[in-house]
Parts: sequence; C-alpha cells; structure tokens
Amino acid sequence: MSNLVTNVGHAHGLDHGHDDHHHDSGEITVFGFWLYLMTDCILFASIFAVYAVLVNNVAGGPSGHDIFELPYVLGETALLLFSSITYGFAMLALFKGKKNQVLGWLGMTFLFGAGFIGMEINEFHVLIAEGFGPSRSGFLSGFFTLVGTHGLHVTSGLIWMAIMMYQVQKNGLTATNKTRLSCLSLFWHFLDVVWICVFTVVYLMGTM
Amino acid sequence: MANAAHSHAGHDAGHGSVKSYAIGFILSVILTVIPFGLVMYPSLPKDVTLWIVLAFAVIQVLVHLVYFLHLDRSAAQRNNVIAFVFAALVIVLLVGLSLWIMFSIHSNMMAH
Amino acid sequence: MLGKLSWEAVPFHEPIVMVTIAMIALGGLAVFAAITYFKKWTYLWTEWLTSVDHKKIGVMYIVVAMIMLLRGFADAIMMRTQLAMATEGSPGYLPPEHYDQIFTAHGVIMIIFMAMPFFTGLMNLAVPLQIGARDVAYPFLNSLSFWLLVSGVVLINLSLGVGEFAKTGWVAYPPLSGLQYSPGVGMDYYIWALQLSGLGTTLTGVNFLATVLKMRTPGMKLMDMPIFTWTCTWANVLIVASFPILTATLALLTLDRYMDFHIFTNELGGNPMMYVNLFWAWGHPEVYILILPAFGIFSEVISTFTGKKLFGHHSMIYASGAISILGFMVWLHHFFTMGSGASVNAFFGLATMLISIPTGVKLFNWLFTIYQGRLRFTSQVLWTLGFMVTFAIGGMTGVLLAIPGADFVLHNSLFVIAHFHNVIIGGAVFGYIAGFSFYFPKAFGFKLHEGWGKAAFWFWITGFFVAFMPLYVLGFMGMTRRLNSSTNPEWVPYLYVALFGAVMIAIGIACQLIQLYVSVRDRKLPQNACEHGDPWNAHTLEWSTSSPPPFYNFAVLPKADCIDPFTEAKENGTAYKAPNRYEPIHMPNNTATGVVMGALLTVFGFAMIWHIWWLAIFGLVGTVVYFVIHAARDDQGYMVPVETIERIEAEQHKRLVAAKAIPATATRVETSLEQA
Repeated sequence: MSNLVTNVGHAHGLDHGHDDHHHDSGEITVFGFWLYLMTDCILFASIFAVYAVLVNNVAGGPSGHDIFELPYVLGETALLLFSSITYGFAMLALFKGKKNQVLGWLGMTFLFGAGFIGMEINEFHVLIAEGFGPSRSGFLSGFFTLVGTHGLHVTSGLIWMAIMMYQVQKNGLTATNKTRLSCLSLFWHFLDVVWICVFTVVYLMGTM
Repeated sequence: MANAAHSHAGHDAGHGSVKSYAIGFILSVILTVIPFGLVMYPSLPKDVTLWIVLAFAVIQVLVHLVYFLHLDRSAAQRNNVIAFVFAALVIVLLVGLSLWIMFSIHSNMMAH
Repeated sequence: MLGKLSWEAVPFHEPIVMVTIAMIALGGLAVFAAITYFKKWTYLWTEWLTSVDHKKIGVMYIVVAMIMLLRGFADAIMMRTQLAMATEGSPGYLPPEHYDQIFTAHGVIMIIFMAMPFFTGLMNLAVPLQIGARDVAYPFLNSLSFWLLVSGVVLINLSLGVGEFAKTGWVAYPPLSGLQYSPGVGMDYYIWALQLSGLGTTLTGVNFLATVLKMRTPGMKLMDMPIFTWTCTWANVLIVASFPILTATLALLTLDRYMDFHIFTNELGGNPMMYVNLFWAWGHPEVYILILPAFGIFSEVISTFTGKKLFGHHSMIYASGAISILGFMVWLHHFFTMGSGASVNAFFGLATMLISIPTGVKLFNWLFTIYQGRLRFTSQVLWTLGFMVTFAIGGMTGVLLAIPGADFVLHNSLFVIAHFHNVIIGGAVFGYIAGFSFYFPKAFGFKLHEGWGKAAFWFWITGFFVAFMPLYVLGFMGMTRRLNSSTNPEWVPYLYVALFGAVMIAIGIACQLIQLYVSVRDRKLPQNACEHGDPWNAHTLEWSTSSPPPFYNFAVLPKADCIDPFTEAKENGTAYKAPNRYEPIHMPNNTATGVVMGALLTVFGFAMIWHIWWLAIFGLVGTVVYFVIHAARDDQGYMVPVETIERIEAEQHKRLVAAKAIPATATRVETSLEQA
C-alpha cells in the first residue's frame, strides 16, 4: 500500500481547490434555479392558455370590462415595479458587502410586495362579495386561477424574503446567503415579468 | 470547461449598477404608463391599441430581462440565455398551437 | 376530524382486493421481520434511505420500478383474463367498477411508476459516471426527487386498500373526472399521486440538465458526451418543458374538484376539451421522455458488443434533438377526432410522420454499427435486436395512425392499444431491461446469469407478439378499448390468444426473477464476479472505475477528449494508471431531509384526498418548515481524506492485478488520464 503513496508533484494546493468548489457550487445553484424558473414560465404559459380559452365564457356573468378597475391595477403594478428596483438596490448593497443596507432594502421590498398582495386580496374579496367569485363562470375561474397563481408566487417570495432577512441578520452576508439572495432576486424579477403579461393579457386586453 | 468555467469571468458584470437599475426602472415606468393610458383614455382605433399594448408588453419583458435579470451575451450568461430561448420556443409552441387547436374546434362547432 | 375517511373506505366485501391486501401485508411483514432479524435497519437508513449518492438513489429507483412492474403486470393479466372470460354475455369475474379501476391503475403505474423510475434509475446510475463527475449537481435534490416519487407510489398503492382508485382511464378526461361524475376519492388519489411524483420528475430534469452542463469532467466537450447521456439529456429537456404543463393541468382539475371552479366543467363556461389539449401537450413529450433513454441504451449496447465506435455519434445526437423538438409539435394526434379543422389535423398528422425520419436515422446508425463488427450475442444484444424488429413494426402502425382519416376509423380501438404497447414495450421496456443487465455489474460487481436472461428475452418477445398482434386485428374488427366484456363471437379466439401471450410474458418475468436469484447466489463465481469494473470491454468512462464504484466515483477526475475515452486509454495503455498522489475529495453529507419531506408530503396528499384539512395543513407546513431548517443548517459536506482514498484505490489496484487488467509490477506514473 505504501508504494502507492509516493511523489508529491502538484502545484495546486488543497485549499485552492476547496475554495473553487464552493465558489462554483453557488454559481451552479443559481443556474439550476434559473432552469427551475424556466419550468415555472411554462407552468404560467399553460395557465395563460387556459385563461385565453375561457375568457369569453362569461356564462351570463360579468366580463372583464365590467369588473376590472385599471387605476387600481396601475397601483398594484407600481408597487411591484418599486419592489423590483428596491430589490435591485439590495443586490447592489449585497455585492458591496453592506449588511444593514441589504436588510433595509429587503425590508422595503418586503413592504412593497406585501402591499401588492394586500391590494390583490382586497380585489379578490370585493369580487367574491359581489357574487363574482371563481365559481360564477369559466372566465372568472380562469381569472382567479391566473392572477391567484401569480399572487401565490409573490406570497412564497415574501416568506422566502422574510427568512432571508432573518438569516442575513443572524449569519451575515455569507457565501450561502449571497447565493440564496441571488436566487430570490431572479425569482422576484421573474414574477415582475409574469405580472407584465398578466396586466397586459388580463386587465388591459380585458378592458379594451 | 465544465467544473470551473467562468467562475471569475464576468462576475461583476452580472450584477448591474445603480445606473442600469435606474434605466430599467424608468423604461419600465414609461412602458407601463403608455399602454395603461391608451386603454384608460381610448384615443386610437381598437386594433391599433391592441397591437401597441402587446408590443409594449414584449418590449417591457425584454427590458426586465436585460436590466433586472441581467441576461446578456456574455459567456457567463450563455447557458441562461439558451435556456430562456428554449423556454420561449416551448411557450410559443404550447400557447400558439393550443389556441390554434381550441379556436379551430370552437369555430367548427359553431359554438358562439 | 377525519374528513371523508371511515372504516367503510376499506373494501371488506371485495374478496379479490382483500386477498391482495393480505398478501401485500404478509409480504411487507416478512420483509420487516427479516430486516429486524438481521439487524439491518441502521444499515438501510444510513447507507440507502438517507443517501444522496446518485448510484444508490439509482438502485432504489430501479427497485421501485421493478416492484411496480409486478403490480402493473398483475393488473394486466387480470384484465386479459377478464376479457377472455367475459365473452358472449358472460360477466367474467371482475365487476365493471373494479375493472375500470384496474385499467386506470395499470396505465398510471406502468407509465408514471414503472417506466419513469426505471429510466430515472438508469440515468442516476450511469450519467454522472459517464461524464466523469463525482455526483449530480444537487445531490440533496436528487434524494428529494426520489422520495417524491415514493410518495406517489405509496398513495397509489394505498388506494388499493383505503377507498378506491380512479375509474377514468389513465388520461382522466373531464367531465368524467370532474366532481359530478367521479365524486369518490379515486380521482383524488390519481391527482395527488401524479402531482407529487411529477414534481419529483421536474426536479430530476433540472438536476440532470445542470449536471451535464456544469459537472462534466474537464476536457469533455458536450458533443463528446456518451450517447446514453445525450439521450437522457434530451429526455430531461423534454421533462422541464412538459412536466410543468402536467402540474398546471392537475392543479386546475384540483380547483374544479375542490373549490367549485369551472375550468374543465361542462357547465358555466368551463371547457373540458382544454384539459384534453393540455394533457397531451404533456403526454406526448412524455412518451419521448420514455423512449429516448432506451435509444441511448441500445446505442451503448450495440457499440460495446460490436467492439466498434457507434456509427454516426453526432447524427444520433441531432436525431434525438429533432425527435425532441418535433415531439413537442404533434400532440393533437391523440385527439384528431375531437373536432378541430382539416388544416389543424393535417399539420399535426404531417409533423407526426416527420418524426419517423430522425428515428429511421437512428435505426440505420445501429445497423451500420453492427456492419462489419464482431457482434457478441449476449442477452443485452438480443433485447436490442428484438427492439429493432418490434419497434419498426410499432413505428409503422404509428405512421398509419398519424393519418387523420385512418385515425377516425381506429381511434379508441384496440389497434391504438396494440400500437402504443408495441412501441413502449418493444422500445422503452426492452431498452430498460437491456440497460438493467448492462449496468447491473456496474452497480453490484457481478454479472447476471446469461441463460435465464436469454430465456426471459425469448418469452418476453414471443409473448409480446402473441399478446398484442391479435389486438391489432381486434381493432380492425371494431373492438374498442376499455371494454370489460364483449358479445361478438368472432373476437373470442383473438382474446384467448392474447391471454396466452400475456401468460408467456409472465413466464418471461418469472425468468427474470429466477435470473436475479441465481445471479445473487452465484455472485462469487469467477465467471460472474467483475469487481475490477469492466466486464464488457466497454468504451466509456463509467467502466474505468471499480464495480461498484467507490462513493466518490473517481479518485482523480478522468480526462476525456474523444467520444470513447476509456477505449482510447486502454489502447494507449494509460487506463488504470494511478497518479502520484491523491488529493482530498469534497463530498456531500447524507441527509434525512428527503425522506422526511417525502413522508410529510405523503401525509399531505393523503389528507387532501380524504379532506382532512388540519392534517393537510400540518403536512404542508411541516414540509416547508423542515426544508427551511435543513437549508439553515447550510451543510457544506466534508472532505474525504487522502488516506481513505489511498486505501480504497489500493484495493482496486489488487483487483485489477487479479483480473490481469494491469501487470502486477505496475507502478504509479504520471498519466494522461490524470488531471492537475
């Protein structure tokens, strides 16, 4: 056995390889998360297709023209847009290594996101109270499903963000936290992209 | 190329800057407000409005991809861009063919 | 408190079901007792259930697949027996509502819980080794994917004894699968079993795509990846593209059934046809997900046992890609008759026929590989040759069905059943069995018994033709699928022959079980043991390490700069050369998180099925909380010390000397296989 353990002849030290691995593993994680987001894109595409097929099936109930209030939707959109840029600033602070700034921007992002969810819940609540819940017609089922799926994603993003804020508070800006905040960044901005499609296809085209 | 590729190259390019986030934000605001305005205060023919709204949506998606999701032509982003283009192709096939099928059935059954 | 669940959910009045449950319970008890008696619980838990090692996860996938093959085949032979008995007015022995559950379970089990885990298992076993990686990109996620599959398996098997299974056929079209026409829990078992295992499949797809893109050994170009890895990669591309559609579709059906939505309902503006459309937008790519990896296995088998390079390696990759992309544009051929216009039907018919071109390219590539080679007629090669004949027939009947006019005559007839069994058994299943015996020595260090393997092949292939050729005829004679009895006397002889064929397949499966037993018994015999790692004189990197491979796969990441790097290394005499010195290897720790999350999600699924809302909330919240705790631990894995690597590699060195793969005097020198 000892004859197998001769000459030591490599320049590369152990520590170097070790560091490389961690560095890479973060990058690979973010790439995998991007692939997951692509699958989420296709999931949303399926629901968009369903909405497009159901949009005219109002079954004697209201159409989009009757129930959508564009100024309200514009408000929701503004909240999401603001949350996007504040998350962007959180990422910039992250790469400068400024923990408190990261927490501050994340907190603001959280508030904007929570505001968006609050407005959406209110919109749903008003519709259901008026008797225009998802059980009323195919169109309303499609509407609640599509907008609700986006809302559920945003809610998951908020829970994730809260956990990350706790993690950053506790452990600081570790490599793992950086990776995870990068993934959450992709998630958050991706939801914004989905919202662009939602307000265009559902609200704008529905009111037109 | 596999295990350790691109680990350092382009590390900082991928994060954007205050300026790029601001540009993206301002473009998004413009690209949001105009279609909302066109629909809330109708001033153009309906089909023209529709095309403008759709075009602005596509442009805004691209703006978000570039300024917020940092997709670009750098080597570090190549796999991400390929994945996105492939997903876009699948979405076009899925949504396009589904709607073609369903609307063809709809008109064949004369269900109005 | 317990939702819809009560003692009445257990079908005490059905003797067939109760006997089956009793047998399963006895079998389970025997296994439990055996593990306890031999004190293997700790071993099982630490070495297997909590393992994040892709090889062990692969083996567990295949174990699940084989158990489910037996379950699904039991369903099959019950159906064939019923149809042979229930002729000319006789009711047979299975009541209609039971028969309907059996054909639904048979379809779901064979596709989702037999074929998918079989392919995933082989992929887990071979792909990381083929690309010279030490594990997949996300080892924990891999474990989670497996346990999500197990959740689905547990739920679908629970439906046997607690409640019922869906009676809708495996496609579960609404409105039949809607609440109004399927008020029972059977449909809910279907939904949650598929939903959970489908999530696992999506994660597997993401995982293995990241693995081949980011974890290849240095020097290996994408186009140089072995063909099995490539076909799996295309299958994974299809998985990430199509499984989200299934997830969405099942979720929408869930909303209809649980929250009174009107998405796929008949009334209030729902559109059940959209379900059919979305189901097949997933379902068609799904069959290519099953067949492409089998193509990869046949390619490996043919090139290995002819001792030649695969003919047209690049064209094989492009052909698989063409099949994948085209496979996403043909789904309407499953419902030509639903009422879309002539131009739509023509488009999808033509796209379907186009697929036969890249598939033909592959067939010719295999034939040209054999040409002027020295083909060794092993059992794996028999499966491959059997596949080439059988699949060509199935492909041709498929092209026939791609003609919308012909499909209007044959839609929902037994001709369709014969066609898809022809391509799935003759294509995917033959491939997986070939892959099983091809990679078995890699996983366990000994070969399977050839005689019993060949016997299994001959029973399977004859049984297949005897069982399914009559179904083509019956389809032409007008017999529709999903009938539980028949009255036409002209059909009877064909139904008898089909049952006879099914019995022959059963003997084939018995031969495989005997083969396993005999092989395990004789594993130490010198002609069977092959722990040095290269029993077939094969071409690719997975054979360059020991069998079973060490947990880190490669002591030194192998170098790959051509299509068959191991063959090249053997020819150059650089194979097996050890480096001057080893370096510590970074490996992930095992974790119970996958098992626990799978268990909690099983509880969640069961509670959703039976409307036990508090338990559902517990299951879901528990899953999320457990995952967050797991993530917060931030386990960075560990470094394998050099001493451990040296010890393991020294053992391998002895084995290689014993196998005369290297001369006893071999000393360590700097080699081309080595990476800095």
